[in-house]
Amino acid sequence: MKYLSEYRDPELVSQYLQEIRRTVTRPWSIMEVCGGQTHSLVKNGMLQLLPEEIRMIHGPGCPVCVTPLHLIDKAVHLALEHRVMLCSFGDMLRVPGSRMSLLEAKAQGADVRILYSPLEAVELAARHPEREVVFFAVGFETTAPANALSVLYAHRQGLRNYSILASHVLVPPAIAAVMEDDSAEIQGFLAAGHVCTIMGLGEYGPLADKYQVPIVVTGFEPVDLLQGILMTVRQLERGEHRLENPYSRMVQPEGNPEAQRVMAQVFEIADREWRGIGVIPDSGYEVRAEFAAYDAGRKFDIPIEKAQESPDCIAGQVLKGIKKPHDCPQFGKKCTPQSPLGAPMVSSEGACAAYYHYSQALGQPA
Amino acid sequence: MERLTSPMREAKRRMLLQCPMPKLDFEVITLGHGSGGLLTNRLLEAGVFDLLRNEHLDTRHDGAILRLDGPLAFSTDSYVISPIIFPGGDIGELAINGTVNDLAMCGAIPRYLSLSFILEEGLPLRTFWELLVSVKCAAERAGVQIVTGDTKVVERGKGDQIFINTSGIGQVHPRAQISMQRVGAGDQILVSGPLAAHGIAIMRVREGLSFEADIESDTVNLNHTVEALLDEFGEAIHLFRDPTRGGVATVLSELARDARLGVELIQDRIPVAEAVASACELLGLDPLYVANEGIFLAVVDAAAADAVLARLRSLPHGSQAASIGSVTAEHPGQVVLRSRIGGRRAVNMLVGEQLPRIC
Repeated sequence: MKYLSEYRDPELVSQYLQEIRRTVTRPWSIMEVCGGQTHSLVKNGMLQLLPEEIRMIHGPGCPVCVTPLHLIDKAVHLALEHRVMLCSFGDMLRVPGSRMSLLEAKAQGADVRILYSPLEAVELAARHPEREVVFFAVGFETTAPANALSVLYAHRQGLRNYSILASHVLVPPAIAAVMEDDSAEIQGFLAAGHVCTIMGLGEYGPLADKYQVPIVVTGFEPVDLLQGILMTVRQLERGEHRLENPYSRMVQPEGNPEAQRVMAQVFEIADREWRGIGVIPDSGYEVRAEFAAYDAGRKFDIPIEKAQESPDCIAGQVLKGIKKPHDCPQFGKKCTPQSPLGAPMVSSEGACAAYYHYSQALGQPA
Repeated sequence: MERLTSPMREAKRRMLLQCPMPKLDFEVITLGHGSGGLLTNRLLEAGVFDLLRNEHLDTRHDGAILRLDGPLAFSTDSYVISPIIFPGGDIGELAINGTVNDLAMCGAIPRYLSLSFILEEGLPLRTFWELLVSVKCAAERAGVQIVTGDTKVVERGKGDQIFINTSGIGQVHPRAQISMQRVGAGDQILVSGPLAAHGIAIMRVREGLSFEADIESDTVNLNHTVEALLDEFGEAIHLFRDPTRGGVATVLSELARDARLGVELIQDRIPVAEAVASACELLGLDPLYVANEGIFLAVVDAAAADAVLARLRSLPHGSQAASIGSVTAEHPGQVVLRSRIGGRRAVNMLVGEQLPRIC
């Protein structure tokens, strides 16, 4: 824990806050890309500590939130109709599909299991050769290497009963999509530290150039976040737009080449649908044709149509930072974590759920 | 870290030596053991009655006839934990401690417990015996008698090895005035020990996670500690609660809602063992919502708070007690946490289970 407590030091936090206050002279809108960053900002009560000139906009980097509705329907279908052993990370379970969530499917007798790593799912497949095991492989570049590795492991062991239902999305195309949207008014980005740990910095310099925005690679602890905000504000005040990496204790410029190699072996870049946003070209991963036997989407017949989102949900605008969660007329009324209309209210990293849990009842917007 | 589970384990080891498993011609529980017939009798006569014997149980009657004076507290709870044996305890110990603690939280001195088993066909007799010995140890520690009980057996696949229900009766301490109505603005909130050990210990074995440090359940009887506080401070203690399922956050949210007052928590003062805190970080769980089985919250009059805390720290199971916040007239119905770095956030009740995050 020592490596964490240093980044939660109240003294350092107050120094950074002072420095940010000294630096800022006018209003700026900064997007933290990753849901983990949103969660930390809200959980630590940091939004009220920032000077009012700084408006934090909560980005689309919550894998649970951007996983399309019909994919959840597909997972439910696999679990209920094909009777597969459906393995998933914990927070996907409560996300409502158009029929039901995976938790509800479990209550109806489906075999749904929470795992911490896809490699456990491969072990399950090896132990239960009579069962089909499917891992619900969602996430950004951070979870993709382990998911790719699970396919390689299964392949190496000759397992024919393992596959993944993949919905991988990528951060840089999302940043581009947000910048291309005229209604979004984002002036700087805190890039997601963990994603850069895997992918390195290569993709971000060109984005900073093309859209003329500062991009600062930022971690998840209070001191990391304030450092990221301070460096972004400094650039903005000086009229600069560069890529900076203060999160160098984790992020090497080249990223993690071994992880990248494994991902490239199993996945190829493809267009992806983002829940609430729509299709973004070249914004995700798909299992390569040579590993099609491990792609649950191709292996099983899943007659699931594209599903209708709740017309009341403004998740897309929230994910692009155009609206805040409490701008939504349904926030905390028709839409709560108990009965969410859209995914950002479900995941603990979703902007709506974070606002609901940590700030809604304070009687003040976070 | 203070942990009374090791003397507990030592006591249980000694008791297992003193009370060897009776020689029976069966090794697993079968449906017949719940039939009420000969097999049931042999199981009970050879095992349960002898092990837990006292004058009430010895009558072998349909129920116990008890004599108790004054106001009584009565509580019941069912225990369905999986796995049934976990780091730091087992379901037998938990079933006694849990109900004993519920009575203690009412300001009562626990006296008598009922004990009912629902056994799944196929449960090894050896396991059942071990759990019975745990029950005996825990009951002796808490100073309660098992005075009545029941055993049923269900078909294989219709239960999860063993379910236990215990109900208990206790006499309300003469100085106790425990009630939600007595909670008022300005009251201080004390916690008797570090949070989240039980939930994380269970999760660790259930999910097959390995951490560098061993984390054990904190299951323990709290009645003697509570009684000592009531002896000395009586009516200065307004409320006791044990933050089991849903954790400290849930209990305090209920308090804020029911008392129509606000609760202010100070994150820096909330004790969490380092290994538990690291595990929570890793799993994306908030220790405020994780289950406990061996700590309690006390809401006490501000004037007495320092003295109560000092006394609590001198008692068994209280050495790491802390004052973690206070009751306030501001933001009624709402728990607000002052974060380590000086921010503020709301703490709400948990929706469903706490699920581990993706990344």
